[in-house]
Amino acid sequence: MLAILWKDLLVELRTKESLASLFLLGTLLLLVLSFAFDPSHPLRESAAPGILWVAIIFSGTIGINRTLLRERDNDCFSGLLLAPIDRGTVYLAKTVVNFTLLSIAELFLVPLFIFFFNLPFLETIARLVRIVPLTTVGFAAIATLFSAVSLQTRAREVMLPLVMLPLATPLFLAAVETTAVLLAGQPVDQVAHWFTLTAVFDVVFLVVGWLTFEYAVAD
Amino acid sequence: MLSPTEAMPSANPKTDVLAPAAVVLSMLTALYFVFIAVPNDAFQGPVQRIFYVHLSMWLPTFAAFGIVGVASLLFLWKKDRRWDHIATASAELGLLFCTLGLATGCIWAKPIWGTWWTWDPRLTLTLVLWMIYAAYLLLRSLATNPEQGSVLAAILGVSGVVDLYLVNRAVYWWRGIHPAVVVTKEGGSGLQDPMMRLTLILCMLAFFLLFLWLLRLRVRTAHLEDEVDRLRHEVLSAA
Repeated sequence: MLAILWKDLLVELRTKESLASLFLLGTLLLLVLSFAFDPSHPLRESAAPGILWVAIIFSGTIGINRTLLRERDNDCFSGLLLAPIDRGTVYLAKTVVNFTLLSIAELFLVPLFIFFFNLPFLETIARLVRIVPLTTVGFAAIATLFSAVSLQTRAREVMLPLVMLPLATPLFLAAVETTAVLLAGQPVDQVAHWFTLTAVFDVVFLVVGWLTFEYAVAD
Repeated sequence: MLSPTEAMPSANPKTDVLAPAAVVLSMLTALYFVFIAVPNDAFQGPVQRIFYVHLSMWLPTFAAFGIVGVASLLFLWKKDRRWDHIATASAELGLLFCTLGLATGCIWAKPIWGTWWTWDPRLTLTLVLWMIYAAYLLLRSLATNPEQGSVLAAILGVSGVVDLYLVNRAVYWWRGIHPAVVVTKEGGSGLQDPMMRLTLILCMLAFFLLFLWLLRLRVRTAHLEDEVDRLRHEVLSAA
Protein backbone atom coordinates (compact mmCIF):
# COMPACT_ATOMS: atom_id res chain seq x y z
CA MET A 1 0.00 0.00 0.00
CA LEU A 2 2.78 2.39 0.91
CA ALA A 3 4.49 1.52 -2.37
CA ILE A 4 1.49 2.60 -4.44
CA LEU A 5 1.14 5.69 -2.34
CA TRP A 6 4.79 6.58 -2.78
CA LYS A 7 4.79 5.88 -6.52
CA ASP A 8 1.69 7.97 -7.22
CA LEU A 9 2.80 10.90 -5.14
CA LEU A 10 6.26 10.80 -6.70
CA VAL A 11 4.86 10.75 -10.24
CA GLU A 12 2.59 13.60 -9.35
CA LEU A 13 5.35 15.67 -7.81
CA ARG A 14 7.57 15.10 -10.84
CA THR A 15 4.92 15.92 -13.46
CA LYS A 16 2.51 18.07 -11.43
CA GLU A 17 -0.08 17.53 -14.15
CA SER A 18 -3.07 16.62 -11.97
CA LEU A 19 -2.25 19.26 -9.40
CA ALA A 20 -1.71 21.99 -11.93
CA SER A 21 -4.95 21.31 -13.75
CA LEU A 22 -6.83 20.89 -10.47
CA PHE A 23 -5.59 24.19 -9.14
CA LEU A 24 -6.04 26.18 -12.35
CA LEU A 25 -9.53 24.86 -12.90
CA GLY A 26 -10.45 25.65 -9.30
CA THR A 27 -9.16 29.19 -9.69
CA LEU A 28 -11.05 29.62 -12.93
CA LEU A 29 -14.26 28.42 -11.30
CA LEU A 30 -13.79 30.83 -8.39
CA LEU A 31 -13.36 33.60 -10.94
CA VAL A 32 -16.30 32.67 -13.15
CA LEU A 33 -18.62 32.14 -10.19
CA SER A 34 -17.57 35.49 -8.76
CA PHE A 35 -18.59 37.08 -12.04
CA ALA A 36 -22.05 35.64 -11.55
CA PHE A 37 -22.63 37.83 -8.51
CA ASP A 38 -22.27 41.58 -8.35
CA PRO A 39 -19.32 42.28 -5.98
CA SER A 40 -21.24 45.03 -4.20
CA HIS A 41 -24.37 42.97 -3.77
CA PRO A 42 -25.04 41.32 -0.37
CA LEU A 43 -26.09 38.16 -2.25
CA ARG A 44 -22.42 37.51 -2.92
CA GLU A 45 -21.69 36.94 0.73
CA SER A 46 -24.38 34.31 1.13
CA ALA A 47 -23.24 32.64 -2.08
CA ALA A 48 -19.63 32.38 -0.90
CA PRO A 49 -19.79 28.90 0.71
CA GLY A 50 -21.49 27.53 -2.38
CA ILE A 51 -18.88 29.08 -4.66
CA LEU A 52 -16.01 27.59 -2.67
CA TRP A 53 -17.51 24.10 -2.79
CA VAL A 54 -18.52 24.18 -6.43
CA ALA A 55 -14.93 25.14 -7.25
CA ILE A 56 -13.51 22.31 -5.12
CA ILE A 57 -16.00 19.70 -6.35
CA PHE A 58 -15.68 20.37 -10.06
CA SER A 59 -11.93 20.77 -10.16
CA GLY A 60 -11.59 17.76 -7.84
CA THR A 61 -13.80 15.57 -10.03
CA ILE A 62 -11.62 16.24 -13.04
CA GLY A 63 -8.36 15.97 -11.12
CA ILE A 64 -9.31 12.62 -9.60
CA ASN A 65 -10.15 11.15 -12.98
CA ARG A 66 -6.49 11.72 -13.84
CA THR A 67 -4.98 9.50 -11.14
CA LEU A 68 -6.70 6.38 -12.47
CA LEU A 69 -6.49 7.39 -16.13
CA ARG A 70 -2.74 7.52 -15.71
CA GLU A 71 -2.74 3.83 -14.81
CA ARG A 72 -4.62 3.11 -17.99
CA ASP A 73 -1.83 4.41 -20.22
CA ASN A 74 0.68 1.67 -20.93
CA ASP A 75 -1.69 -0.77 -19.25
CA CYS A 76 -0.17 -0.07 -15.85
CA PHE A 77 -3.43 -0.96 -14.21
CA SER A 78 -3.15 -4.64 -15.14
CA GLY A 79 0.27 -4.64 -13.53
CA LEU A 80 -1.14 -3.04 -10.41
CA LEU A 81 -3.91 -5.64 -10.23
CA LEU A 82 -1.48 -8.50 -10.76
CA ALA A 83 0.44 -7.42 -7.69
CA PRO A 84 -0.11 -9.87 -4.83
CA ILE A 85 -2.14 -7.51 -2.69
CA ASP A 86 -5.77 -7.25 -1.83
CA ARG A 87 -7.80 -5.06 -4.22
CA GLY A 88 -9.29 -3.33 -1.20
CA THR A 89 -5.79 -2.21 -0.31
CA VAL A 90 -5.31 -0.78 -3.79
CA TYR A 91 -8.53 1.15 -3.27
CA LEU A 92 -7.40 2.53 0.07
CA ALA A 93 -4.02 3.54 -1.36
CA LYS A 94 -5.67 5.32 -4.28
CA THR A 95 -8.07 7.05 -1.91
CA VAL A 96 -5.19 8.33 0.21
CA VAL A 97 -3.43 9.58 -2.93
CA ASN A 98 -6.55 11.41 -4.07
CA PHE A 99 -7.11 12.79 -0.59
CA THR A 100 -3.55 14.14 -0.54
CA LEU A 101 -3.86 15.73 -3.98
CA LEU A 102 -7.19 17.33 -3.14
CA SER A 103 -5.81 18.64 0.13
CA ILE A 104 -2.81 20.19 -1.59
CA ALA A 105 -5.11 21.85 -4.14
CA GLU A 106 -7.30 23.11 -1.30
CA LEU A 107 -4.24 24.58 0.40
CA PHE A 108 -4.02 26.91 -2.58
CA LEU A 109 -7.72 27.34 -3.34
CA VAL A 110 -8.90 28.28 0.15
CA PRO A 111 -6.47 31.23 0.56
CA LEU A 112 -7.42 32.37 -2.93
CA PHE A 113 -11.07 32.20 -1.93
CA ILE A 114 -10.32 34.25 1.19
CA PHE A 115 -8.44 36.73 -0.98
CA PHE A 116 -11.26 37.13 -3.49
CA PHE A 117 -13.95 37.43 -0.86
CA ASN A 118 -11.95 39.71 1.40
CA LEU A 119 -12.31 37.57 4.52
CA PRO A 120 -10.12 37.69 7.64
CA PHE A 121 -7.27 35.33 6.76
CA LEU A 122 -6.24 33.43 9.91
CA GLU A 123 -9.70 33.39 11.38
CA THR A 124 -11.25 31.92 8.25
CA ILE A 125 -8.54 29.29 7.97
CA ALA A 126 -9.10 28.30 11.60
CA ARG A 127 -12.82 28.02 10.96
CA LEU A 128 -12.63 26.11 7.70
CA VAL A 129 -10.00 23.64 8.86
CA ARG A 130 -12.74 21.96 10.88
CA ILE A 131 -14.86 20.96 7.92
CA VAL A 132 -12.72 20.93 4.77
CA PRO A 133 -10.55 17.84 5.53
CA LEU A 134 -13.53 15.86 6.82
CA THR A 135 -15.46 16.51 3.60
CA THR A 136 -12.39 15.80 1.50
CA VAL A 137 -12.13 12.28 2.99
CA GLY A 138 -15.67 11.45 1.86
CA PHE A 139 -15.12 13.07 -1.51
CA ALA A 140 -11.92 11.10 -2.11
CA ALA A 141 -13.60 7.86 -0.95
CA ILE A 142 -16.58 8.12 -3.30
CA ALA A 143 -14.70 9.65 -6.21
CA THR A 144 -12.00 6.96 -6.16
CA LEU A 145 -14.59 4.18 -6.30
CA PHE A 146 -16.60 5.76 -9.08
CA SER A 147 -13.62 6.88 -11.12
CA ALA A 148 -12.69 3.18 -11.26
CA VAL A 149 -16.27 2.49 -12.34
CA SER A 150 -16.37 5.20 -14.99
CA LEU A 151 -12.98 4.13 -16.31
CA GLN A 152 -14.70 1.07 -17.77
CA THR A 153 -17.26 3.09 -19.74
CA ARG A 154 -17.17 4.82 -23.09
CA ALA A 155 -17.91 8.29 -21.73
CA ARG A 156 -15.32 8.32 -18.95
CA GLU A 157 -15.10 12.02 -18.19
CA VAL A 158 -18.84 12.61 -18.16
CA MET A 159 -19.68 9.45 -16.28
CA LEU A 160 -17.83 10.25 -13.05
CA PRO A 161 -19.76 13.42 -12.15
CA LEU A 162 -23.05 11.94 -13.40
CA VAL A 163 -22.77 8.92 -11.17
CA MET A 164 -21.00 10.45 -8.20
CA LEU A 165 -22.62 13.85 -7.64
CA PRO A 166 -26.18 12.65 -6.89
CA LEU A 167 -24.80 10.10 -4.43
CA ALA A 168 -22.63 12.76 -2.83
CA THR A 169 -25.60 15.10 -2.21
CA PRO A 170 -25.47 14.64 1.59
CA LEU A 171 -21.75 15.35 1.68
CA PHE A 172 -22.00 18.60 -0.25
CA LEU A 173 -25.12 19.84 1.47
CA ALA A 174 -23.35 19.26 4.77
CA ALA A 175 -20.20 21.04 3.56
CA VAL A 176 -22.05 24.10 2.26
CA GLU A 177 -24.31 24.43 5.29
CA THR A 178 -21.45 24.01 7.75
CA THR A 179 -19.21 26.41 5.86
CA ALA A 180 -21.96 29.04 5.86
CA VAL A 181 -22.38 28.80 9.62
CA LEU A 182 -18.63 28.73 10.30
CA LEU A 183 -17.90 31.69 8.02
CA ALA A 184 -20.55 33.70 9.82
CA GLY A 185 -18.62 32.99 13.02
CA GLN A 186 -21.48 31.17 14.69
CA PRO A 187 -20.79 28.42 17.27
CA VAL A 188 -19.91 24.95 15.96
CA ASP A 189 -22.58 23.23 18.10
CA GLN A 190 -25.15 24.64 15.75
CA VAL A 191 -23.92 22.37 12.96
CA ALA A 192 -22.94 19.33 15.04
CA HIS A 193 -25.52 17.18 13.22
CA TRP A 194 -23.94 18.05 9.87
CA PHE A 195 -20.54 16.98 11.18
CA THR A 196 -22.00 13.64 12.24
CA LEU A 197 -23.60 13.21 8.84
CA THR A 198 -20.30 13.93 7.08
CA ALA A 199 -18.42 11.50 9.32
CA VAL A 200 -21.02 8.77 8.70
CA PHE A 201 -20.83 9.41 4.96
CA ASP A 202 -17.02 9.11 5.07
CA VAL A 203 -17.15 5.78 6.89
CA VAL A 204 -19.98 4.37 4.76
CA PHE A 205 -18.28 5.11 1.45
CA LEU A 206 -14.85 4.00 2.63
CA VAL A 207 -16.39 0.64 3.52
CA VAL A 208 -18.51 0.39 0.35
CA GLY A 209 -15.47 1.31 -1.76
CA TRP A 210 -13.18 -1.10 0.05
CA LEU A 211 -15.67 -3.95 -0.45
CA THR A 212 -16.78 -3.28 -4.02
CA PHE A 213 -13.61 -1.92 -5.63
CA GLU A 214 -12.52 -5.40 -6.67
CA TYR A 215 -15.69 -5.82 -8.74
CA ALA A 216 -15.18 -2.44 -10.37
CA VAL A 217 -11.68 -3.27 -11.59
CA ALA A 218 -12.15 -6.96 -12.42
CA ASP A 219 -11.87 -7.73 -16.13
CA MET B 1 -40.59 -10.49 -3.37
CA LEU B 2 -39.88 -12.33 -6.59
CA SER B 3 -37.23 -15.00 -6.48
CA PRO B 4 -35.34 -15.54 -9.72
CA THR B 5 -37.11 -18.79 -10.45
CA GLU B 6 -40.54 -17.26 -9.97
CA ALA B 7 -39.78 -14.44 -12.35
CA MET B 8 -38.37 -16.79 -14.94
CA PRO B 9 -39.91 -17.20 -18.38
CA SER B 10 -41.67 -20.35 -17.37
CA ALA B 11 -44.28 -19.38 -20.00
CA ASN B 12 -47.01 -20.34 -17.59
CA PRO B 13 -50.12 -19.83 -19.75
CA LYS B 14 -52.42 -19.40 -16.77
CA THR B 15 -50.41 -16.53 -15.28
CA ASP B 16 -49.97 -15.01 -18.71
CA VAL B 17 -53.71 -14.61 -19.04
CA LEU B 18 -54.57 -13.90 -15.42
CA ALA B 19 -51.95 -11.20 -14.75
CA PRO B 20 -52.94 -8.83 -17.58
CA ALA B 21 -56.61 -9.51 -16.92
CA ALA B 22 -56.20 -8.55 -13.27
CA VAL B 23 -54.27 -5.40 -14.24
CA VAL B 24 -56.86 -4.28 -16.80
CA LEU B 25 -59.76 -4.99 -14.49
CA SER B 26 -58.26 -3.22 -11.48
CA MET B 27 -57.18 -0.30 -13.65
CA LEU B 28 -60.67 0.17 -15.09
CA THR B 29 -62.17 -0.04 -11.62
CA ALA B 30 -59.67 2.51 -10.33
CA LEU B 31 -60.42 4.86 -13.23
CA TYR B 32 -64.15 4.55 -12.60
CA PHE B 33 -63.66 5.43 -8.97
CA VAL B 34 -61.25 8.31 -9.61
CA PHE B 35 -63.34 10.01 -12.27
CA ILE B 36 -66.93 9.09 -11.45
CA ALA B 37 -67.59 7.49 -8.09
CA VAL B 38 -65.54 9.63 -5.73
CA PRO B 39 -66.91 13.07 -4.69
CA ASN B 40 -65.04 16.32 -5.41
CA ASP B 41 -62.71 17.60 -2.72
CA ALA B 42 -64.36 20.43 -0.77
CA PHE B 43 -61.34 22.78 -0.98
CA GLN B 44 -59.37 21.72 -4.01
CA GLY B 45 -62.17 20.77 -6.38
CA PRO B 46 -61.62 18.33 -9.26
CA VAL B 47 -57.85 18.93 -9.30
CA GLN B 48 -57.54 16.82 -6.18
CA ARG B 49 -58.47 13.73 -8.19
CA ILE B 50 -54.98 13.58 -9.64
CA PHE B 51 -53.84 12.84 -6.13
CA TYR B 52 -55.06 9.25 -6.27
CA VAL B 53 -52.84 8.60 -9.26
CA HIS B 54 -49.96 10.66 -7.89
CA LEU B 55 -49.81 8.82 -4.55
CA SER B 56 -50.12 5.47 -6.33
CA MET B 57 -46.82 6.09 -8.10
CA TRP B 58 -44.71 6.05 -4.97
CA LEU B 59 -45.33 2.51 -3.83
CA PRO B 60 -44.01 1.01 -7.11
CA THR B 61 -41.17 3.57 -7.19
CA PHE B 62 -39.81 2.73 -3.76
CA ALA B 63 -40.47 -0.97 -4.15
CA ALA B 64 -38.55 -0.88 -7.43
CA PHE B 65 -35.55 1.00 -6.02
CA GLY B 66 -35.50 -1.35 -3.04
CA ILE B 67 -35.49 -4.34 -5.40
CA VAL B 68 -32.61 -2.77 -7.36
CA GLY B 69 -30.55 -2.60 -4.16
CA VAL B 70 -31.26 -6.15 -3.03
CA ALA B 71 -30.89 -7.67 -6.50
CA SER B 72 -27.62 -5.77 -7.09
CA LEU B 73 -26.18 -7.06 -3.85
CA LEU B 74 -27.21 -10.63 -4.66
CA PHE B 75 -25.81 -10.28 -8.16
CA LEU B 76 -22.39 -9.16 -6.88
CA TRP B 77 -22.44 -11.98 -4.37
CA LYS B 78 -23.85 -14.90 -6.38
CA LYS B 79 -22.88 -13.80 -9.91
CA ASP B 80 -26.23 -15.08 -11.14
CA ARG B 81 -27.38 -13.23 -14.30
CA ARG B 82 -31.00 -13.53 -13.25
CA TRP B 83 -30.49 -11.10 -10.37
CA ASP B 84 -29.03 -8.66 -12.83
CA HIS B 85 -32.13 -8.93 -15.04
CA ILE B 86 -34.34 -8.21 -12.05
CA ALA B 87 -32.21 -5.21 -11.08
CA THR B 88 -32.30 -3.70 -14.59
CA ALA B 89 -36.02 -4.26 -14.97
CA SER B 90 -36.70 -2.72 -11.56
CA ALA B 91 -34.49 0.29 -12.21
CA GLU B 92 -36.26 1.03 -15.49
CA LEU B 93 -39.71 0.69 -13.98
CA GLY B 94 -38.75 2.62 -10.85
CA LEU B 95 -37.52 5.47 -13.00
CA LEU B 96 -40.73 5.36 -15.04
CA PHE B 97 -42.99 5.51 -11.99
CA CYS B 98 -40.76 8.12 -10.37
CA THR B 99 -41.00 10.33 -13.47
CA LEU B 100 -44.78 9.94 -13.58
CA GLY B 101 -44.99 10.67 -9.87
CA LEU B 102 -42.96 13.85 -10.25
CA ALA B 103 -44.97 14.92 -13.29
CA THR B 104 -48.37 14.36 -11.69
CA GLY B 105 -47.10 16.10 -8.55
CA CYS B 106 -46.10 19.19 -10.55
CA ILE B 107 -49.43 19.28 -12.35
CA TRP B 108 -51.22 19.17 -9.02
CA ALA B 109 -48.90 21.67 -7.34
CA LYS B 110 -49.33 24.42 -9.96
CA PRO B 111 -53.01 25.21 -9.22
CA ILE B 112 -52.85 24.29 -5.51
CA TRP B 113 -49.48 25.63 -4.31
CA GLY B 114 -49.21 28.15 -7.15
CA THR B 115 -45.85 26.80 -8.25
CA TRP B 116 -44.63 23.82 -10.24
CA TRP B 117 -41.80 23.09 -7.86
CA THR B 118 -40.72 23.88 -4.31
CA TRP B 119 -37.54 22.74 -2.59
CA ASP B 120 -39.57 20.79 -0.11
CA PRO B 121 -37.43 17.94 1.34
CA ARG B 122 -39.61 15.25 -0.15
CA LEU B 123 -39.40 16.75 -3.63
CA THR B 124 -35.66 17.23 -3.36
CA LEU B 125 -35.15 13.67 -2.19
CA THR B 126 -37.21 12.34 -5.09
CA LEU B 127 -35.27 14.39 -7.61
CA VAL B 128 -31.93 13.13 -6.23
CA LEU B 129 -33.24 9.55 -6.41
CA TRP B 130 -34.33 10.15 -9.98
CA MET B 131 -30.82 11.37 -10.84
CA ILE B 132 -29.18 8.33 -9.20
CA TYR B 133 -31.25 5.81 -11.12
CA ALA B 134 -31.05 7.72 -14.38
CA ALA B 135 -27.26 7.55 -14.00
CA TYR B 136 -27.63 3.85 -13.18
CA LEU B 137 -29.26 3.12 -16.54
CA LEU B 138 -26.83 5.37 -18.41
CA LEU B 139 -23.86 3.68 -16.76
CA ARG B 140 -25.16 0.30 -17.84
CA SER B 141 -25.66 1.33 -21.44
CA LEU B 142 -22.31 3.11 -21.73
CA ALA B 143 -20.16 0.32 -20.31
CA THR B 144 -17.53 -1.04 -22.67
CA ASN B 145 -18.99 -4.53 -22.45
CA PRO B 146 -22.40 -5.65 -21.18
CA GLU B 147 -21.08 -7.99 -18.49
CA GLN B 148 -18.91 -5.26 -17.02
CA GLY B 149 -21.89 -2.93 -17.27
CA SER B 150 -23.94 -5.24 -15.06
CA VAL B 151 -21.23 -5.28 -12.40
CA LEU B 152 -20.71 -1.52 -12.48
CA ALA B 153 -24.43 -0.86 -12.32
CA ALA B 154 -24.70 -3.27 -9.39
CA ILE B 155 -22.08 -1.27 -7.47
CA LEU B 156 -24.14 1.85 -8.06
CA GLY B 157 -27.33 -0.01 -7.13
CA VAL B 158 -25.88 -1.03 -3.78
CA SER B 159 -24.42 2.44 -3.12
CA GLY B 160 -27.76 4.03 -3.96
CA VAL B 161 -29.65 2.11 -1.31
CA VAL B 162 -26.91 2.63 1.27
CA ASP B 163 -26.99 6.34 0.50
CA LEU B 164 -30.74 6.68 0.73
CA TYR B 165 -30.88 7.35 4.46
CA LEU B 166 -28.10 9.95 4.31
CA VAL B 167 -29.71 11.83 1.43
CA ASN B 168 -32.97 11.76 3.31
CA ARG B 169 -31.43 13.27 6.47
CA ALA B 170 -29.51 15.87 4.49
CA VAL B 171 -32.43 17.26 2.51
CA TYR B 172 -34.64 17.42 5.60
CA TRP B 173 -32.05 19.36 7.58
CA TRP B 174 -31.28 21.53 4.61
CA ARG B 175 -34.84 22.79 4.37
CA GLY B 176 -35.48 22.42 8.08
CA ILE B 177 -32.97 25.13 8.97
CA HIS B 178 -34.29 27.62 6.44
CA PRO B 179 -38.06 27.31 6.36
CA ALA B 180 -38.31 29.50 3.25
CA VAL B 181 -41.42 27.98 1.79
CA VAL B 182 -44.13 26.95 4.16
CA VAL B 183 -46.10 24.22 2.45
CA THR B 184 -49.16 22.44 3.60
CA LYS B 185 -48.65 18.77 4.20
CA GLU B 186 -49.55 16.61 1.25
CA GLY B 187 -53.13 15.40 1.36
CA GLY B 188 -53.96 18.41 3.52
CA SER B 189 -57.66 17.76 3.20
CA GLY B 190 -57.01 14.46 4.95
CA LEU B 191 -59.20 12.29 2.71
CA GLN B 192 -62.11 12.45 5.17
CA ASP B 193 -64.62 10.68 2.99
CA PRO B 194 -64.49 6.85 3.21
CA MET B 195 -65.12 6.82 -0.55
CA MET B 196 -61.89 8.76 -1.02
CA ARG B 197 -59.94 6.27 1.02
CA LEU B 198 -61.41 3.38 -0.93
CA THR B 199 -60.53 5.10 -4.23
CA LEU B 200 -56.97 5.62 -3.06
CA ILE B 201 -56.58 1.99 -2.03
CA LEU B 202 -58.02 0.74 -5.34
CA CYS B 203 -55.79 3.05 -7.31
CA MET B 204 -52.67 2.00 -5.42
CA LEU B 205 -53.53 -1.63 -5.88
CA ALA B 206 -54.09 -1.16 -9.62
CA PHE B 207 -50.75 0.56 -10.15
CA PHE B 208 -48.91 -1.92 -8.00
CA LEU B 209 -50.34 -4.80 -10.02
CA LEU B 210 -49.34 -2.98 -13.19
CA PHE B 211 -45.83 -2.65 -11.80
CA LEU B 212 -45.59 -6.36 -10.93
CA TRP B 213 -46.87 -7.38 -14.34
CA LEU B 214 -44.50 -5.06 -16.20
CA LEU B 215 -41.63 -6.26 -14.03
CA ARG B 216 -42.37 -9.84 -14.95
CA LEU B 217 -42.55 -9.02 -18.64
CA ARG B 218 -39.37 -6.99 -18.53
CA VAL B 219 -37.41 -9.66 -16.67
CA ARG B 220 -38.55 -12.19 -19.21
CA THR B 221 -37.49 -9.94 -22.09
CA ALA B 222 -34.04 -9.56 -20.52
CA HIS B 223 -33.76 -13.31 -20.18
CA LEU B 224 -34.81 -13.88 -23.79
CA GLU B 225 -32.28 -11.30 -24.97
CA ASP B 226 -29.60 -13.24 -23.13
CA GLU B 227 -30.83 -16.46 -24.69
CA VAL B 228 -30.74 -14.94 -28.20
CA ASP B 229 -27.21 -13.72 -27.58
CA ARG B 230 -26.13 -17.17 -26.46
CA LEU B 231 -27.71 -18.87 -29.46
CA ARG B 232 -26.21 -16.37 -31.88
CA HIS B 233 -22.84 -16.99 -30.33
CA GLU B 234 -23.30 -20.74 -30.67
CA VAL B 235 -24.33 -20.49 -34.32
CA LEU B 236 -21.48 -18.14 -35.16
CA SER B 237 -18.86 -20.29 -33.48
CA ALA B 238 -20.23 -23.40 -35.21
CA ALA B 239 -20.11 -21.75 -38.65
